[in-house]
Amino acid sequence: MIRFDSVTKTYDQKSRPALDGVSLDIDRGEFVFLVGASGSGKSTFIRLVLKEDRASRGAVYVAGQNVANIPSWRVPRLRRGIGVVFQDFRLLPNKTVFSNVAFAMQVIGRSRAVIRETVPDVLATVGLEGKNNRMPHELSGGEQQRVAIARAIVNRPGILLADEPTGNLDPTTSMGIMKVLDRINQNGTTVVMATHDDDIVNTMRKRVVELHHGSVVRDDAQGIYIGETGVVVE
Amino acid sequence: MRLAFILSEIGSGIRRNLSMVTSVILVTFISLTFVGAAGLFQLQISQMKGYWYDRVQVTVYLCVENSSETSCAAGPVTEDQRAAIEGKLESEQFAPYIDTVSYESQEEALGHFRDQFANSPIVDSVTANQLPESFRVSLVDAEKYEVIDEAFSSEPGVEAVSDQRDFLEAIFRYMNWASVVALVIAGIMTFCAILLIATTIRLSAFSRRRETGIMRLVGASKAVIQLPFVLEGVIAAVIGAVLASATLYGASRFVIDGWLVNTFPQTAFISSQQVLILVPALILLGAILAGLSSLLTLRRYVKV
Repeated sequence: MIRFDSVTKTYDQKSRPALDGVSLDIDRGEFVFLVGASGSGKSTFIRLVLKEDRASRGAVYVAGQNVANIPSWRVPRLRRGIGVVFQDFRLLPNKTVFSNVAFAMQVIGRSRAVIRETVPDVLATVGLEGKNNRMPHELSGGEQQRVAIARAIVNRPGILLADEPTGNLDPTTSMGIMKVLDRINQNGTTVVMATHDDDIVNTMRKRVVELHHGSVVRDDAQGIYIGETGVVVE
Repeated sequence: MRLAFILSEIGSGIRRNLSMVTSVILVTFISLTFVGAAGLFQLQISQMKGYWYDRVQVTVYLCVENSSETSCAAGPVTEDQRAAIEGKLESEQFAPYIDTVSYESQEEALGHFRDQFANSPIVDSVTANQLPESFRVSLVDAEKYEVIDEAFSSEPGVEAVSDQRDFLEAIFRYMNWASVVALVIAGIMTFCAILLIATTIRLSAFSRRRETGIMRLVGASKAVIQLPFVLEGVIAAVIGAVLASATLYGASRFVIDGWLVNTFPQTAFISSQQVLILVPALILLGAILAGLSSLLTLRRYVKV
């Protein structure tokens, strides 16, 4: 589903590359944790998948297609196939929960009828039944992140990228979010989650790819989180 | 759905940016009013040219007593001289150039003078023998005035040959200047309008960066992201253009229909109907102006 072929990304010539010769294969339906300290290249990885940036060297394939060969007018189409969730939720503060999720469908031209039918279903999937008309500031952090997840998956993308989705949440709430992500993964969506939350990684027992200074230093099928010292955090 | 969505985006953009949108409306209004004024001057010039150049006459003035012209040093025109000039005007040589010739005696000249200056006290002090008798010559081609001038100005008994075009051309020159001045003002104001539209779009893009960021992530097309901004500018500019058109139409009704036509009944003025010809041009110009400047701004400030 996502393939990196010796990808190097250099933001400016003087500093060291954000990603340095990364090769990685993520299959359809996988759940992958991307771990590593801040600045290890996790966010760059996500930006390259979205074609927000171009790889300096090497090739990035998404759904079998080299993103470098996608003309700019087709990039929106690529992004429709990818949902994204961020640490800071990025909800629209002046729209209700329903409108925030509906927004993602409106801007790609879905009909009102389809939106009315789909949004409540998706909100139920993330555990927000009955909160359609709440405003974001009336919700807890965990609930806001659920809205963001609902928005990310409402157009049924094949891939869900989550950049530190639990970074602003307490451990209990975080586990709730992980359950939602896991359920989405069970339904066939490939999930890539960048995190440095060791509890979550260790509980989930999914594939773990560790980045350090832009290189893949570890790729375990059912990995655990290892801190920067190399000591297993259990 | 998408249309309704884009319209609601435009609405919220305009509401958020109301003061900037208002200033865009006003600046395009002023600049397009000047563009339109320049256009009206040009229309009026071509209208007058068309009207007058068909009617221009060359006047051959004959010497009067006490004329100050050196060509009249020999005193007033004699019978023989007058006959010679008339004969020459009607000769084969000038037939290709001259349409008609009419003679105006001193008494007739006085009559015209009295009509023209009816309200002026000067009328009473002028007598017929102070005014020159003349031949009024209509030309086949008004541009061939030089031929008559060269042939007759040195003829004995001729005081001067004058072409009404000289007078008209002076008027046209002034009107041309007025339209150039209007165009310069229009140019400056248009420049302001472009900068202001660019700034407005920039502000609008900044205040909606959250929305556009999300739109990008969920795969909205470039058109859906950018159209609300472009249309916001275009709508403001078109409102400005409509105001400018209304102002020009109102001004032309008031000034031309209400005043100039009555004051100068012999002059052909453009009608206020003709102002309406300018309206689509002004609206189109406003829309293009706003569309282009917002597209250029968006390329820099709204990533797609």
